[in-house]
Amino acid sequence: MSTVQPRVPLISVTPRGLYCARGDFYIDPWEGVDVALITHAHSDHAREGSRLYHITQPSLSIIKRRLGADGVYNTHIYGEPFTLGDVLVSFHPAGHILGSAQIRLECEGEVWVVSGDYKRDYDPTCMPFEVVPCDVFITESTFGLPVFVWKSIAEEAEAIYRWWQKNKDLGRNSILACYALGKSQRVLHALQEFTNQPVLLHGATQALVDLYREQGVPLIATEAAADYGKGTKGQLILAPPAAITSVWARKFGPFESGFASGWMRIRGNRRRKAYDQGFVISDHADWPALIQTVRETGAKKIYVTHGYTDELSRFLNEQGHSAEPLETLFAREEDA
Amino acid sequence: MKRLVALFEAIDTTTSTKNKVTHLAEYFRAAPPADAIWTLYYFLGRKQKRLVKRKMIQEAVQELSGLPDWLFEESYSAVGDLAETIALLTETIGPKALSDVPLHIWVQDRLPSLSKLPDEAQKDRLKQWWRELSTEEVFILTKLLTGGFRSGVSERLVIRGLVEAFQWDEAVLSEKLIGDWPITDEWFLTLGSAQREGLSLYPYPFFLASPTDDDPGLLGDISEFAVEWKWDGIRSQIVKREGQVAIWSRGEELISQSFPELIAMAGTLPDGTVLDGEILAYEGDTARAFANLQKRLQRKKVSDKMVKDNPVVFFGFDCLQWAGLDLRDQTLKQRRETLDKAVREFAHPTLRASHLIHCQTWADLFELRKESRSRQVEGLMLKRWNSVYQMGRKKGDWWKWKIDPMTLDAVMLYAQAGHGKRANLYTDYTFGLWKDQTLVPFAKAYSGLSNEEINKLDAWIRKHTLERFGPVRSVMPLKVFEIAFEGIALSPRHKAGIAVRFPRILRERLDKKPEDADSLASAMELLNAPTVQS
Repeated sequence: MSTVQPRVPLISVTPRGLYCARGDFYIDPWEGVDVALITHAHSDHAREGSRLYHITQPSLSIIKRRLGADGVYNTHIYGEPFTLGDVLVSFHPAGHILGSAQIRLECEGEVWVVSGDYKRDYDPTCMPFEVVPCDVFITESTFGLPVFVWKSIAEEAEAIYRWWQKNKDLGRNSILACYALGKSQRVLHALQEFTNQPVLLHGATQALVDLYREQGVPLIATEAAADYGKGTKGQLILAPPAAITSVWARKFGPFESGFASGWMRIRGNRRRKAYDQGFVISDHADWPALIQTVRETGAKKIYVTHGYTDELSRFLNEQGHSAEPLETLFAREEDA
Repeated sequence: MKRLVALFEAIDTTTSTKNKVTHLAEYFRAAPPADAIWTLYYFLGRKQKRLVKRKMIQEAVQELSGLPDWLFEESYSAVGDLAETIALLTETIGPKALSDVPLHIWVQDRLPSLSKLPDEAQKDRLKQWWRELSTEEVFILTKLLTGGFRSGVSERLVIRGLVEAFQWDEAVLSEKLIGDWPITDEWFLTLGSAQREGLSLYPYPFFLASPTDDDPGLLGDISEFAVEWKWDGIRSQIVKREGQVAIWSRGEELISQSFPELIAMAGTLPDGTVLDGEILAYEGDTARAFANLQKRLQRKKVSDKMVKDNPVVFFGFDCLQWAGLDLRDQTLKQRRETLDKAVREFAHPTLRASHLIHCQTWADLFELRKESRSRQVEGLMLKRWNSVYQMGRKKGDWWKWKIDPMTLDAVMLYAQAGHGKRANLYTDYTFGLWKDQTLVPFAKAYSGLSNEEINKLDAWIRKHTLERFGPVRSVMPLKVFEIAFEGIALSPRHKAGIAVRFPRILRERLDKKPEDADSLASAMELLNAPTVQS
């Protein structure tokens, strides 16, 4: 006679983050721990202070830059399993930014996948998302409402190009706010189709662009904005969102400001943030992609984190899935 | 339709006034007159009544996208605008076969035809249209269907756009666009020609006073000015032409029906008369609170009892036309003589000439001004005797010298629950002023309302919440309040760039729409205004 024991969940939510007891490691912990597995290099996922980091090989240079070169990093290539305690672990492409990963955990025949941040849209600056069949899927839900549907990057890149040229004709600069890691490089890659005029970069963006180039990602020609002074006209300048309202931007006046973000899908956000122009470009899954992905993983249980958790879980339940919100400390991402 | 969408987007994505005018001019030059006249109509803030039920549109988009009610509501609450929510959700139907039906066909034929259909057929028709429309077109058409279209540019800019497009005369144009006009391509084409035919009861464009932003002593010698109290009434023009009378408010709305006794009075005036003045709640020799006037405005039909219980008087302060003669190019001195004579000759208890205040020095006037509050007035009006009657707010000749507190009409943006006795009740409010098309928060106020008003407002806030941030809710920017404060100063720490002292709510301006609220620019004008203890 065998008794069926209810399984202890492979991953639990602790004050320090997602924890796997069977392997004794944390995934994207929000404070220093002994062993940390990192899905990607954005600062709300990759934090300082852990003794040992397991990361993907392509994210190494970026994570080193952000967390310091003297940390201990075990790098892994996509799809190659390694063992931590009782758990077989592997990284799989998430399509979010260069080096981003979903993390697959297998223990006693049960498979869990932690999606990290991911998208399904075309993005040649990183490996495309891979569907990893699993029993339990932990999905993000940053844009988990049906009003969030993305246009193609080509369409939005063309809109950026046109905006830039229009401002150029009027003797103005165009400063585009976009996240320094991932978003900027995606825009710089997509712009190649429309022009070969160089794009100017804020220092913070420049450093990360260099790291992408080192890994062979083809990007449009760029120059340091710092080398340009007052009187600069007709340039497209990429900068992190915070820089636009800072003193730094002043020397590039007159300029129009734009913001590349999924939140720009909504007019009210554009107005509140007082950008002249919004471009709907996101490195997160839109509503159709979230639904599609959940279905394709074949997961029996879905945990929803990071965004519209209540809304997405309720909808999935109504669609016949078994889903519930996973409360974590991740805040809503304003720059996504 | 696509041309209108492009115009709307162009205006929406620039903060420069000059660019907005240019976009408008380009549109008016390129658009067929049959479309241009409708764009003009909507951009001037004219509205048609709602053609279909909102609920029906919502149901149609839910049927199409397969979304449950609650998810629609969540989406709506994230987007904050019903038409935009609907437009975004129509994208879930997949690729569309886009067509371009002209604006005038939409508003003259297609949209009205919808209201004649039964509900189910309405939904089918909408779904069919959506397959041919871009998201932006769905957004604008839904706004038109629900009567909620707002262009985001002022009437003045629209007129400047037309002037730039066709080199039409701004004065002629402004006058022609007052009141009702035919929405036809023929009429659009005649907008530039001088005379408006068969439209005899329209007022002249109002001349508006500017706030004094300095010591009035710097304006010149006091003897150059006609000085009057600034009454808290309804600025209006009484027009008598061809045996008929019309009364227009400053917002160019016809308010004749609210004041039958004034209509009767004006009937005795000669044809071809236009008087400019203030309608005041007035009994015996005492001005009464503005609320008494509001009672009159809120009624569709004013009963005899209402007239008796809430008596009014028209205080004329200017005569713009007399016996068919346009007097606007005469000096105020000359016009005032005509006015005084008219008031004397047509002696009527509801027609008076405004009191002129005679002071020898600005210092005396300064003293007298302190009586403003006890006299139930807002301060003083200073008008140059040698000035002609101009159009709109032109600085230089007409000034309003208001007493403290300074006030601004602002739109409620956020509400926060109070503490203690006021816990769970939204009692702390943040108000915004216009800057281009956005409302910038400028003051927080939590006193000034009665408990009953707070309770009503609390219920309203709960129903009109856009987003929640902890204890704070952002609300739909629909309600306008008059905010009073004691002082104003530049403050880089505040988003609006200004900080006000002791802000409080004077009253809700039920007579104002959000777009009528003050702008940050008008707040800036107050920066240098003299602070007078009254």
